[in-house]
Amino acid sequence: MNRVFRIAARNLLRYRRRTALTTLLITIGVVAMLLFVSTAGSFKAMMVGQITDSMLGHLQIHKKGYVSSIESLPLTLNMKPEMVEKVEAVFASTKGIEAWSPRIKLGAMFSNFAQTTSIRLNGVDPEKELATCPELIKRIIQGDSDKLLEPGKILIPELIAKGLKVKPGDSVVLVATNKDGSVNGINFIVQGVLEGISGPGGRDGYMHIDDARQLLRIDDTEISEIVVRLNNPKSLKQTLQKLNNSLGEVTNQKGQPAFEVHGWDKLSPFSNIAKMIDLMTLFIKVMLVSIVLISVMNVMIMAVYERIREIGTIAAMGTLPSNILKLFVIEGFLLGLLGAILGTAISVVTILILQQAEITFSFGRQTGLVLYPLISINDIVFASVIVVAVSVLASLQPAWKASRMDPIDALRHV
Amino acid sequence: MSLVEASQVEKTYLSGEIQVPAIRSADFTIEAASFVSFVGPSGSGKSTLLNMIGCLDRPTSGSLKVVDTDISQLDRNAAAKFRGQHIGFIFQDFNLIPVLTVAENIEYPLLMVQNWSPEKRQERVKELMDAVDISDQANKYPDQLSGGQKQRVAVARALVTHAKLILADEPTANLDHDTAYRIIDLMKKMRDDYNTTFIFSTHDTKIMDAAEIIYTLEDGQVIQTKGAGNHE
Repeated sequence: MNRVFRIAARNLLRYRRRTALTTLLITIGVVAMLLFVSTAGSFKAMMVGQITDSMLGHLQIHKKGYVSSIESLPLTLNMKPEMVEKVEAVFASTKGIEAWSPRIKLGAMFSNFAQTTSIRLNGVDPEKELATCPELIKRIIQGDSDKLLEPGKILIPELIAKGLKVKPGDSVVLVATNKDGSVNGINFIVQGVLEGISGPGGRDGYMHIDDARQLLRIDDTEISEIVVRLNNPKSLKQTLQKLNNSLGEVTNQKGQPAFEVHGWDKLSPFSNIAKMIDLMTLFIKVMLVSIVLISVMNVMIMAVYERIREIGTIAAMGTLPSNILKLFVIEGFLLGLLGAILGTAISVVTILILQQAEITFSFGRQTGLVLYPLISINDIVFASVIVVAVSVLASLQPAWKASRMDPIDALRHV
Repeated sequence: MSLVEASQVEKTYLSGEIQVPAIRSADFTIEAASFVSFVGPSGSGKSTLLNMIGCLDRPTSGSLKVVDTDISQLDRNAAAKFRGQHIGFIFQDFNLIPVLTVAENIEYPLLMVQNWSPEKRQERVKELMDAVDISDQANKYPDQLSGGQKQRVAVARALVTHAKLILADEPTANLDHDTAYRIIDLMKKMRDDYNTTFIFSTHDTKIMDAAEIIYTLEDGQVIQTKGAGNHE
C-alpha cells in the first residue's frame, strides 16, 4: 500500500505547479476557515461567557408574564415565597444545576444630593450571586472588589458614576416606589463602580437583597427572578426542557402555568449575533467545501485527461478497474491531506501570533476587548476531515471515469 | 492443447450504419513457445487481431480461445484478471510510466496486478533486469533512456509476471534498424529462456523474417505464410 501511495505522490509531483496551486487554494481555504472559527468563535464564547457569568446566568425563572413586562420592572409580578419553595423543590430533583441566585429587580431614583437620575437595580444575596455569576465581581472597576456587596452599600453602573461624578465612598440616596405606590428613600454608600457591558442588565446597579426589601418595604421573601448557573452550559437545552416540564405542572389560580423559564439566549439580543456568527461559520465551511471540491475535481479531471494512454497501458497490463480508481482517489486524498496539514500548521501559527499580539477591539459601548482567538482540536479535526473527505469525493468522478475507460480507446488516444 | 485457438473469428465495426469487416473467418492456432508475427499493411487488421488475442477486444462471432479460455465469455474484470495472469504487452511507443524508474516500471505489474510480496518483487525485478541487460539503468527514469533501452524495459515488464503470452504491436516501429533487430533478438532469447510465446505485428519485411511463423493479414483474411503447415 505504501508503494501505491508513493506512486500517487509522484504522479502529483509530475505537475508541480498545478499541484502547488491546488494545494495553495486548499490551504487558503483551511486557513480562512480555522481563523474565522477561532476569532469569531472566541469572540462569541467571550461575549456569551460575559453575559452569562456576570449578568444573566445560564437561565432564569420568573413568574409568568414578567419577562414581557421586564422594561417596567413590575413588582406586582414578583414570585411569592411559596412559589420560590416550589422552584427550590424542583431544583433539588434536577441534575446539572450548579448554583442559583434570587434577585429583586427594581427601578429607583438615584441622587447624589445635587443631581438625580433613574437607576435600575438588582437586589441580590452576595454569596449566591457570586456562585451564580462569578464574573460579576470582575466588573468592579472602581472601589472595593474583594467582596461583592455589604448591606448599606451599592454598586453603581459606570455611566451613572461618570454622569453624576459619583465615586466609591460617596453617600447617595435611593428613592423607590413600592407596589402599593408609597415612596421610600434610604441613604447608601457607593461601594464600587461597575463596568457596563452589552445587553439587558449590562448597565444595572446592585444592592444587597435585604436592602432592596427594606427600600421596597417588602416583608416576606418574595423575589423578581431566580438566576441559574449550570454545571455544563451545553446542557442548557436539556435542563430548560426538564425545568419547563417540572415547573409547567405548577399552575396559578386560573389554571395557567405559574412560571416561565428562559435560557440566556431568549433574554439577550446577543443571541442573534451569536446565531449570525454560527451562520457565517457555516457559510465559511460551505465555501471551504466548494473550494476543495472544485479545485480537486478540476485537477483530477486534468490528470485523467492527460494520462489517458497511461491508463490504457496499466489497464492492458491487467490492472483491475478498482485499482485504477484507487490510484486516482489516493492522489485526491493526498492533495487534500497536504492542504489540510499546511492549512492547519499556518492557522495554528497565526493564532499563536494573534494571541501574543493581544489586539484590542470595541463592541457596542465596550472598548478594549482583547481578541484572543482559540482553536479546539475538534475544529482542527473537523476541518481536516472535511477537506480530506471532500478531496476524496471530488476525485471519485474522474477516478471512476479513468477506471471505466476502454483500454483500446485509451491506448489509441493521442 | 494450443495456446491460441481461433475458429471462424470475425470482427466487424460499425461506421455509422455501415458494417466494416476487420477480421474475416480467421482460423489459426498458435502453440506455446512460438515466435509468431502478424504482418500486413496498415489497416489490414493486425492490431485488431492482437487486441482480441490480448482480451482487450472481443470477436463479433466465432471462437477465440487463449490459454484454454474462451475470451468472449470474459467480462471487464475477468478479462483484466486474465490479462494480468497470462498476457504481457509490449507497445510501439514503449508506454513506460514516466514517474517510475526502470526498476519500478518493471515492478509495477507485480505490485498493482499480482500483488507480490516486496522481497519476491525485488528478486524478480532484478532477474528480469539482468535478463534484458538493463540493470545499470535501474534507477533512471524513462526520459533518461534511449528508445532501445525503453523497449528493453518494456520487454522485462511484459515478462515479469511469468506471462505465457507476450503481445507486441509494432514493437520496433519507433526504433532504428540496428536497435530493432537487437530488440527482436532479445525477444527471441526471452522466448528461449522463459519458454514464453511471442506474437508481434510488423510491416517491416526484414523484421518479420525473424519470426518462425508468419500470418499475413490482407483485407481481414488471416493466412499463414511461413512456418509449419503454411498455406503458401
